[in-house]
Amino acid sequence: MDPIKKKIQSSSRETRQDLLGKVITYTCIALIVLVVLSIFVFVASKGMATFFVNKANFWDFLTGKNWNPSMVDSKGKPMLGALPMIAGSFGVTILAVLFATPFAIGTALYMTEIASHKGERILQSVIELLVGIPSVVYGFIGLSVIVPFVRNNIGGSGYGILSGSFVLFVMVLPTVTSMTVDSLRAVPRFYKEASLALGATKWQTIYKVILRSSTSGILTAIIFGMARAFGEALAVQMVIGNAAVMPTSLLSSASTLTSVLTMGIGNTVMGTVANNALWSLALILLLMSLFFNIVVRLIGRKGRM
Amino acid sequence: MKIKLQNKIAINIIRIIAALVVVILLFLLGDILISGVPHISWHFLTSASQSFASGGGIGVQLFNSIYLLLLTLIISFPISLGAGIFLSEYAPKNIFTSIVRMAIEVLSSLPSVVVGLFGFLLFVVQFQMGFSILSGAIALTFFNLPLLTRNIEESLRAVPDLQREAGMALGLSKWRTVTRVILPEALPGIITGVVLGAGRVFGEAAALIYTAGQSATNIDFGNWNPFNAASPLNLMRPAETLAVHIWKINSEGVMPDASAVSAGASAVLIIVVLLFNIFARIIGNSLYRKLTATK
Amino acid sequence: MSIEKYDFNEKNILHFKQDKHQIAIATHVLQVYYGNKHALVDGDLEFERYRITSLIGASGSGKSTYLRSLNRMNDNVAKVEGKIIYRGLDVNSSKINVYEMRKHIGMVFQRPNPFSKSIRANITFALKEQGLKDKKKLDEIVELSLKDAALWDEVKDDLDKSAWSLSGGQQQRLCIARTIAMKPDILLLDEPASALDPISTSKIEETLVELKKRYTIIIVTHNMQQASRISDYTAFFHMGHILEYGKTKNVFTTPQIRATNDYISGNFG
Repeated sequence: MDPIKKKIQSSSRETRQDLLGKVITYTCIALIVLVVLSIFVFVASKGMATFFVNKANFWDFLTGKNWNPSMVDSKGKPMLGALPMIAGSFGVTILAVLFATPFAIGTALYMTEIASHKGERILQSVIELLVGIPSVVYGFIGLSVIVPFVRNNIGGSGYGILSGSFVLFVMVLPTVTSMTVDSLRAVPRFYKEASLALGATKWQTIYKVILRSSTSGILTAIIFGMARAFGEALAVQMVIGNAAVMPTSLLSSASTLTSVLTMGIGNTVMGTVANNALWSLALILLLMSLFFNIVVRLIGRKGRM
Repeated sequence: MKIKLQNKIAINIIRIIAALVVVILLFLLGDILISGVPHISWHFLTSASQSFASGGGIGVQLFNSIYLLLLTLIISFPISLGAGIFLSEYAPKNIFTSIVRMAIEVLSSLPSVVVGLFGFLLFVVQFQMGFSILSGAIALTFFNLPLLTRNIEESLRAVPDLQREAGMALGLSKWRTVTRVILPEALPGIITGVVLGAGRVFGEAAALIYTAGQSATNIDFGNWNPFNAASPLNLMRPAETLAVHIWKINSEGVMPDASAVSAGASAVLIIVVLLFNIFARIIGNSLYRKLTATK
Repeated sequence: MSIEKYDFNEKNILHFKQDKHQIAIATHVLQVYYGNKHALVDGDLEFERYRITSLIGASGSGKSTYLRSLNRMNDNVAKVEGKIIYRGLDVNSSKINVYEMRKHIGMVFQRPNPFSKSIRANITFALKEQGLKDKKKLDEIVELSLKDAALWDEVKDDLDKSAWSLSGGQQQRLCIARTIAMKPDILLLDEPASALDPISTSKIEETLVELKKRYTIIIVTHNMQQASRISDYTAFFHMGHILEYGKTKNVFTTPQIRATNDYISGNFG
């Protein structure tokens, strides 16, 4: 029989290699999916224990203003009001993004529309370096520079939501900027050229054409910035003052979900109400992160239509 | 004329904003380096830290950071490589792939403190591994996996399909085409990504506080038997890293020279991250040049 | 130039007499679909052994699609139905070991695609993967295949230089050398000279004419002069249909189909 004919009909080294390749890559990817699933399952099951095991009321948890899980209130229920931390987290996030957005858009516009090739590369490196600075270093600078600055020039102890927002502002700036740059670059060249050819000034072109057509991309960038700010732990924890009370001003000591978590997990005993309540905070963080993800997807879908 | 003036003002505001961002970075770097570098000495880099007295160093923490980074890369690189190859070469266009992609996206945007807490729950408590280098390395792996996977996928995708066809047309299996032809050509991008990721891992603290722990036990640099509790290589010992150390002394440090130690440690951290950045560029460029045979 | 409708049922396809000609590969009612697009309709061709067959036609006529289906390079992007008969086997079947099959039906692509390895390694790589270790034997194959591809004299002193340092024409000849080093039965070439300068093109044409002594060659080309210069048979593709197939001389001088006539006289395409 024709040996080539026979070879073509039987399996070979290559078919075995390909099977091996499939097994390896599918295993790796399955492992990652498993990790993500277990993170959700474990954190969710711990986080739900507060409500199912310790019978705390979910609504009270979200809206209660008193956080002191190891103490009980007049009705004998543990004080599990998470609103101060939720408010703190949203406070620093929103403020940080409010500060960062104009800077990010300005820098991105400079990089894509104004700068020379060299200027663009310099700013590109600046952005990359800002991303690279570890969050504890941001926290340390916040402690040694921003907190005293706020104390001496604005008021209060220096610890609080305002200082936290300043630190987060610098931390989310590179994220928002580089994603804004990407979306500005995606604007077709002829849009810009058509506008300039019609006699519009550079600014009119930027404002009326470029920014309009990249709105959804910029929005995505901002959401990503919010996600990063919301989840940041140590840098904020170092400057916010860590008082689990409702923030009364931007200058008073406050706390965020992440800061209470980093401080508390080590000081509570596994399985106690106090510990379970912390896991519930972690669950909120997890869900918020998921929420930001979904929003980004929705914007992306809308932007494509 | 009004429109022209408006244009001029707007463009100048944009310029000023961009300049401000540069100033912010210069200020940050300047502040850290100026206040930190004077504290860096051979003694500072090599001696043990002090809890209550001044004059402590960061020797153990520095070693822990490097060791943890290496372990993390050893665990996360092969997995990301497999996952990256899957996504760029094998992934069918179906719902399973989109779920996988979403999972990776979600993992990459999870707050690192949540990843750390999960590591704490599963490895430190459930598997009774305690605060240990291994728990820390696994937590950092979770943190590093999505970034590395995406980087590897993108680098592989950047290799033209022509090269895949070349391998396939010679009767090579898909697996060998990918590993022996496509992967070497994607290497500059992959290595750049790994090194940049290493910089991030090196500075990460939130995921480590409750996994690798916050204490730097005294280790004996004369003992390299990984099964000995005092050995630097021991996987089960708690290991405070440089980044965690900075956080710790600022949150609850009681030594009199806390701010000097943090300044010095921050400067070391920044310098290492800068070196990683520069290194990533150099190695990426030179590999690329070697690959494309341009001198 | 007018866009004319042609009757796709009007065909003139050569079929060989089995006792007089050796058939290297043939297709029966081959269909190729890209999603909903029916890119190739009823592909029915036989290719004679040790001959050069040209596939001509306008862009998008289905000639490359047809060629790439022959060694199943379209598996991932298209749905291919029908039979591809090679050595009495239908190789368009899931039971076939495509890797083994491709070792015998080699392919050279439109754009040169050498590996980012040395010139030598480009040729030895696939052989080594197959388990050939003997260094002397490998060196021999390197020399022979480079000579066959008319590249040996230009590169014999730089075998360890990167293949990417060669010119486009040299790279393409290296790709031919790499393919014939596998000692295939059939050589498929997908517009191998379209990205090259005239000198490189004529070198490749000379090479092909030399190679047909030992290989069956099927070449897709845009260039009608090239087809008439080097090929024994020519098939004309139009909008996914093969309308005419016969001896090159006949197809070019006395085409039987109006579409073929219009195409070769330059009325479209």
